[in-house]
Amino acid sequence: MITSLLELEELANCKRCDEASIVEELRVCIGSSCVSRGADEIEKNLKTAIENKGLQNRCRVKGVGCSGLCANGTLVSHYKNSTKENTLYEEIILDDVDALVASIEEQKSYSLKVCDTNQLFFTKQTKIVLENAGIIDPNDIEDYIAHGGYATLFHVLHEMMPVDVINEVKISGLRGRGGGGFPTGQKWESVYKVQSDQKYIVCNGDEGDPGAFMDRALMEADPHKVLEGMIIAGFACEATKGYIYVRAEYPIAVEKINRAIKQARKLGILGNQIAHSGFDFDIEVRLGGGAFVCGEATALIASIEGNRGNPRQKPPHLSDYGLWGEPTVLNNVETLANIPSILKNGGEWFKNIGTPTSTGTKIFALTGHIKNTGLVEVPMGITLRELIFEIGGGVSDGKALKAIQTGGPSGGCIPTQFLDLSIDYDSLKSVGTIMGSGGMIVIDESSNMVELAHFFMDFCKSASCGKCVPCRVGTTQLTLLLEKYIAKEATQANFELLKELSKVVKGTSLCGLGQTAPNPVLSTIRYFESEYLEGIKND
Amino acid sequence: MIKQKVRVKSFKINDITVTGRSDQTLLEVAKEHDIFIPTLCYLEGLSCVGSCRLCLVEVKGARELVPACTSKIKEDMEVFTTSEKIDSHRKMILSMIFSERSHTCSVCEANGDCELQDKSVELQLDHSLVPYIDSRFAIDASHKNFVHDPNRCILCSRCVRVCNEIEGANAINIGGRGINSMIIHDMDEPWIDSQSCTSCGKCVYVCPTGALYEKEITKEDVTTKREIIRNLLKNRAENE
Repeated sequence: MITSLLELEELANCKRCDEASIVEELRVCIGSSCVSRGADEIEKNLKTAIENKGLQNRCRVKGVGCSGLCANGTLVSHYKNSTKENTLYEEIILDDVDALVASIEEQKSYSLKVCDTNQLFFTKQTKIVLENAGIIDPNDIEDYIAHGGYATLFHVLHEMMPVDVINEVKISGLRGRGGGGFPTGQKWESVYKVQSDQKYIVCNGDEGDPGAFMDRALMEADPHKVLEGMIIAGFACEATKGYIYVRAEYPIAVEKINRAIKQARKLGILGNQIAHSGFDFDIEVRLGGGAFVCGEATALIASIEGNRGNPRQKPPHLSDYGLWGEPTVLNNVETLANIPSILKNGGEWFKNIGTPTSTGTKIFALTGHIKNTGLVEVPMGITLRELIFEIGGGVSDGKALKAIQTGGPSGGCIPTQFLDLSIDYDSLKSVGTIMGSGGMIVIDESSNMVELAHFFMDFCKSASCGKCVPCRVGTTQLTLLLEKYIAKEATQANFELLKELSKVVKGTSLCGLGQTAPNPVLSTIRYFESEYLEGIKND
Repeated sequence: MIKQKVRVKSFKINDITVTGRSDQTLLEVAKEHDIFIPTLCYLEGLSCVGSCRLCLVEVKGARELVPACTSKIKEDMEVFTTSEKIDSHRKMILSMIFSERSHTCSVCEANGDCELQDKSVELQLDHSLVPYIDSRFAIDASHKNFVHDPNRCILCSRCVRVCNEIEGANAINIGGRGINSMIIHDMDEPWIDSQSCTSCGKCVYVCPTGALYEKEITKEDVTTKREIIRNLLKNRAENE
């Protein structure tokens, strides 16, 4: 049990002392992407090889979270404590293990697979939320504490009032990272102001957009940061209970979060009387059963309550009537992971990063026809050109860029003429798309935009809960219409109907899923109308 | 939960000043003042789910159309129950309902006693605006008294709600999702095998279409039974 900041620092120092005795460290990425390429086997084999050579006292093997460049996994970095030097190796496979260990024994670098960390992919990033990813062991709470973790929480609990915390978050200008971009401070304040014996903090980890994996990586790499953010949110809103809703398709993230909760409880960071401050807070994990719509706020609440994951009409908003009818804050994983840094460095510090209306950084998952597939954290306001061509390394296979899809099935595509657009909530909205949760799908010239729109519409059709007519029938009708275009059997009347139906589904659906489902169609019509006209048969 | 005091609110519907209690919905107040708003999933005495989207109205200052059945009234709000946009949207939604399954009135039990049919007259929908999806489902006539014909179902969920909220049996639910949603009995079993069904027939008499109907019954008896159930719902709602 840790009861004060002093004890926490003692533990951190203790851990740091232990760390200092380690000369070298091999950090193997054990994020989902690398694990699918056999990272856990590699970690195991590296351990045995090190022991076989009798190097275990000099070099330790440690599993860490995602360091970003998923395209070139499995990533292993070699860290030297004396010089603080970190060499990154890419595309490590089982056959490399012996050679890699031999090079360590000879104190040389394994030059065959060295990854250049001076490339723009690494140097242009600003890591705040992902500061610990690829460095700390997500299975070890002490590692997090040694890197300054939970110190902010203790400071908040002992030195601040809920109102101060909310004010600081309001000053920071942090907006929801799940897609909507609602100001977080304002959300917290509305729940704080409601009088109620029981309030809840719910963390939305039901990331479902095709091509988005930011929250997964975050939960896998630094679960304690999410917990710390949640506990602070609980303190600020006077809530005593938190739920993390994670989709069951993220087994590694679930495992990491569950372990983190257990460890935090053991140290008294979760539970009754956290740090002797008189504040109680506990967190439980709830698993999603594979329904995309459960990422929608009211459906998620229904799912936690054990009901069918159907959304309901708002208002009442969650701040008045949330989980089990009580005032509830629902925040995205990334939003909560921003909180510890904001309270550590102050809202003013955070405000200076990014643009005036979209502050801070944003994690993007770069996917599609791009060279450096992976996870990047960049300040808001960076241009698409910088993100795609400098950080992302440009379009793969030397093809030309056609468009960039943001916001998944709720977003739209951005054609190449807007490459110099700054990436922030408002600019993206002005060109007909949304920030979304951060999935960024790069589309090259070989792709057909009608097929892209069809893919997303088909996705929404299968994700629709079926409660309201426009979404249930409308997405089906739109999918069928788009199929006509792909088969090149559409008529001019179909084109008018496509536009009219999109308008009705957007304007009349019950929840966000239906209201945004036509966006990919509307935005591809806006910028690539000619491709639709090609699908109209001439008679 | 926060309990708020009930107050009197006055506001405007179609530029007519009306008053209601703060715990009332727009739809309830509109009905009291004989202002027509089309509904399908709504039924007095059952909870409101806002799923058919026919009762959408315009509220001045609101970004989107709002369903009248779930929206609480507010002081000084200005509501419009009809406009070019609302009318065309309602028509399109109704047409979507018709396109989803096969609603062939001439061979339907409920012909002449069907709320869906009535809506098409009320909203003057004289032809389909969208292609038919053409899905076919097996009819469940296993129950000794009742028939479930999913081909005529509009998934308004009245049967689900009446079974849950009034009869308390919870025998009916919705299975599947999206366009594959289906009304199911218990764990998607034939109706006769349902252990929780009490055969009370409430679901049958709240069904707005011919998706649920009673075997071997006269039109007059249907009307009487409908009245009985509706009065029961009304009285319960008033007593609460």
